[in-house]
Amino acid sequence: MTEKNWPLWEVFIRSRTGLAHRHVGSVHAVDAEMALQNARDVYTRRGEGLSLWVVPSSAIVASDPADKDVMFEPTASKIYRHPTFYDVPDEVGHM
Amino acid sequence: MTETPLLRYTLRLADNALVLGHRLSEWVGHAPVLEEDLALGNLGLDLIGQARAFYAYAGEIEGKGRGEDAFAYLRDAPEYRNVLLVEQPNGDFAATMMRQLFYSAFAHPFFEALQASRDATLAAIAAKAVKEMAYHVRHSAEWIIRLGDGTDESHRRAQAAADELWTYTGELFEIDAVERALIEAGVAPDTAALRATFDKTIDNVFAEAGLTRPGASFMQSGGRDGQHSEHLGFILTELQFLQRAYPGAKW
Repeated sequence: MTEKNWPLWEVFIRSRTGLAHRHVGSVHAVDAEMALQNARDVYTRRGEGLSLWVVPSSAIVASDPADKDVMFEPTASKIYRHPTFYDVPDEVGHM
Repeated sequence: MTETPLLRYTLRLADNALVLGHRLSEWVGHAPVLEEDLALGNLGLDLIGQARAFYAYAGEIEGKGRGEDAFAYLRDAPEYRNVLLVEQPNGDFAATMMRQLFYSAFAHPFFEALQASRDATLAAIAAKAVKEMAYHVRHSAEWIIRLGDGTDESHRRAQAAADELWTYTGELFEIDAVERALIEAGVAPDTAALRATFDKTIDNVFAEAGLTRPGASFMQSGGRDGQHSEHLGFILTELQFLQRAYPGAKW
């Protein structure tokens, strides 16, 4: 018998309360339909979600960890991008 | 032991679910991949949940203080009322999936119809079970399609499983005096009316899988009246060990 690993799929769940799908992990599956079923069986056993996405892991384009400084370091000194410099009038209430 | 038709009928539903659920639980830790290990466990837990609800109701009908544990752990094989299909061995993965397809292709339309039962408890259990069985059909059908339409070996094994298990499908649709009385009372659905749905499901799946549906053949029966294959005794030996060795033991 030949042993071949099934393709890997990334799993995203939209929870009851959340608005966006969140990455929760991955599964192996032979194709898209089985990947959905496997994601359902592995990641939604406790009522975690109302919607599932599966995406072939090979379709994910990732940033290079070696580029970390170039990519993300420059934002560290730009604290004015955080909306913490404004006085919110009381009348606005919760934002 | 005399059983009223409703009690016997409820025990048949409970025993089908428990025995098949137990069979699936035997895969846990042994499935070919982690994902399927969890999937089989999930299917098994759906069935054991259904069994618990039916046993609890059976205890109510009987009115002698027997609860779900007493029914599951303290009856011998001849008192079990499940169809022979569900006690058949797991075999290879194709056999397990074929057994699941045959059972759920029947159970899904069955529970759909049982929701209209005049018995409010049976109708309520059916309303929960119908969604679970719809997923069992989907999961087992997708697997059978991939096995039948896969490699030469997977095709051969899937066809062998169909040929082996087909003889146990007739019993699903049998109507005896117990069931006839309940059909007339509006409690049980008429399973003869479910045959076309079952055939259509199997034909569609087999067509896509490139499998041949076995023709009309001799059909095994007897399980629903307590005449079982030798397999059930082995299942109960394991299932009931704890309660038999340590009567009354509590978790």
